[in-house]
Amino acid sequence: MKIDMSHGSGGKQTSNLINDIFLKNFDNEILNKLEDAAVLDDIKGKIAYTTDSFVVTPLFFNGGNIGSIAVCGTVNDLSMMGAIPKYLTAGFIIEEGADIETIDEIARTMGLIAKEANVKIVAGDTKVIEGKGGIYINTSGIGEIAQNGVSISNCQKGDVIILSGNLGDHHAAIMSKRMEIENNIMSDCAPLTSIVNNLIENNINIHCMRDITRGGLATVLNEVASNSLCGVEIYEELLPISNEVRGFCNILGLDPLYMANEGKMIAVVPQNKADIALEAVRKSKYGKNAQIIGKIVNGKSVNMITALKGNRIIDILYGEGLPRIC
Amino acid sequence: MITLQQVKDELKSYNGRKIKIMEVCGTHTSSIFKNGIRSLISPQIQLISGPGCPVCVTSSAYIDKLVEHSLKENCCVLTFGDMMKVKGNKLSLTEAKATGGNVRILYSPLSSIKIAMENSNTQFVFAAVGFETTTPIYSLLIEEIIKNKIKNLKILTSLKTIIPALSFICDNEENIDAFLCPGHVSVITGSSVYNDLAKKYNKPFVVGGFEGEHILAAIFEIVRQISNNEHCMKNMYVNAVSNEGNKKAIEITRKYFCSTDDYWRGIGVIKNSALKLRPEYIEYDAGSDFAESVENNPKGCRCTDVILGRINPVECPLFGKTCTPLNAIGPCMVSTEGACGIWYKNVGGNK
Amino acid sequence: MCVAVPGKIIEINGDMAKVDIMNNICEVNIKLVSAKIGDYVLIHAGCVLEVLKKDMAEEILSIFSELEEI
Repeated sequence: MKIDMSHGSGGKQTSNLINDIFLKNFDNEILNKLEDAAVLDDIKGKIAYTTDSFVVTPLFFNGGNIGSIAVCGTVNDLSMMGAIPKYLTAGFIIEEGADIETIDEIARTMGLIAKEANVKIVAGDTKVIEGKGGIYINTSGIGEIAQNGVSISNCQKGDVIILSGNLGDHHAAIMSKRMEIENNIMSDCAPLTSIVNNLIENNINIHCMRDITRGGLATVLNEVASNSLCGVEIYEELLPISNEVRGFCNILGLDPLYMANEGKMIAVVPQNKADIALEAVRKSKYGKNAQIIGKIVNGKSVNMITALKGNRIIDILYGEGLPRIC
Repeated sequence: MITLQQVKDELKSYNGRKIKIMEVCGTHTSSIFKNGIRSLISPQIQLISGPGCPVCVTSSAYIDKLVEHSLKENCCVLTFGDMMKVKGNKLSLTEAKATGGNVRILYSPLSSIKIAMENSNTQFVFAAVGFETTTPIYSLLIEEIIKNKIKNLKILTSLKTIIPALSFICDNEENIDAFLCPGHVSVITGSSVYNDLAKKYNKPFVVGGFEGEHILAAIFEIVRQISNNEHCMKNMYVNAVSNEGNKKAIEITRKYFCSTDDYWRGIGVIKNSALKLRPEYIEYDAGSDFAESVENNPKGCRCTDVILGRINPVECPLFGKTCTPLNAIGPCMVSTEGACGIWYKNVGGNK
Repeated sequence: MCVAVPGKIIEINGDMAKVDIMNNICEVNIKLVSAKIGDYVLIHAGCVLEVLKKDMAEEILSIFSELEEI
């Protein structure tokens, strides 16, 4: 069955959509009240608060769909501040012509991941507009700060940088579908809550965390350098990249340093906690390929020691990372 | 037998006379940065980039034609990703797309056959840009178009040949001591094409591959030749490059294309430096034009000097100041794979 | 100016072949070469440009044997 303008009119069709799709998949006692706003339990301490919008195409890809990213993206942004994610909202803008079954599947995925991340989707909205079946999602989220002081400006000379796993998987999964290249690369879309919880539980004094999304690791490391007023040194041989993603990048002339992930992060921690922190990340769900990839140094730029032991300055991404032949 | 470590040690400690090596392939420029090659060799060995970015040396008039096609009703431009951000006199293809133009990025020109057949009401134009490496693929495309009697797919060509450009540079530039020859162009042309150049200009012409090890080996060979007063062609990429090249590719290119003079953005007209469809196949051409267009470099822009290897990008007064990847003034910065674009990405502007 | 990548031919169907590039499978045109299953080839923009003499990883190991002392 297709969505049409009546599903956005606020009448019976809208109510059916909300009940049959969103309440069914998001099911929690706050949302089920269907009030004009969600009333939340007391939150202890400081609140972290964020929002993000999701417009990816194709809607479905190897390893996930737009719904997976919509939940993971916001959950991870909260986690990166040392917060425990608690509540999400989800707003949908749906173009007429979209399949109800598609929306159901997207909502089902969102419900499952929210459950895994221990968050409740407590408020939402749906609008229907003219178009050709596109679906766009906004999520916002609230979390409780569990560790203070985690900040992009807080990195200190001598700190080590832990990367939680393989680079480039999400970007490669999406592009593989678009460019009709067959492989088993799956999007790594995942909530990072388990990694962050393990770090906190092991009393790691985390200076900074950042998830690696658009612009890739290179962009994140440059943000560290410019906000913490430091240099960054990483080692090419230590970067975890799967063979398949390497091959894929070679075909299209892409660079894994600039490719998006949806379930990877860096944690910048003091040198004396490096080993415990690495162990904690490796023991977590989604962290088994974690590596220490470098450290914070004096200076202003991001420098990589290449496999041949040369120096390469890594700048931020300019423009869109398009496939090349030249 | 010489080892990688010996090569690195020798190149790092070289303190003979200054050697200026031109590499003429955007992929070599990229690979040199990716591997940090400059940090591994003596400052007496200078690597400079040449006109090896086909996108950068393509005229703005060509981009304007593509943009025009993309904005026509029932028309669609098919292109490699490289072409999207390059500005013509007004717009780039990315900007045209944002204003409603129909543009699609493909990995292979041959994919356009299926697309044209499935969309018979749309007129498709493939942006056929490249050097000798890519031209045989366009020949295959023309062959498929003819075989399948496809009426709604044509090509707009900007097919440059790098070998005449090398002669031009040697004729006009005094200070280049040696050339790192483009590895994949040489797969098609064969390494023998450099023999006459090496003899005529008394310079080493060394064919190199694209891994860091390949590039170091090629530089080592150049330094060896110069230190021994030798100047010859040497193929350091024998795995892929033969003396005579790919005969099938050369033949099929000759079947559909012939040589013509052409304008290189930033340089000017170079004789016999491009390929155009032969008159008997002109119906597959979407209006490619080889008229000499006068393009003045914007004030202060030193792209010509960069393309000809006279200066490195950082020596241009506009580099990193008024000319950046987000606000590109000259052709070398216009494509992120041009010399200035690559330098900017890797040395961080003038920070 | 020529991003090309090595791969191994795993299947041939007339002028087309399937190549394995580090577990990525692509369909490529092989009209410009004479190739057989098992060959290592160089691929550019959906086309095989040449049959390689060796696997690229093996070749890099031997490249320095081409050099003479300075």
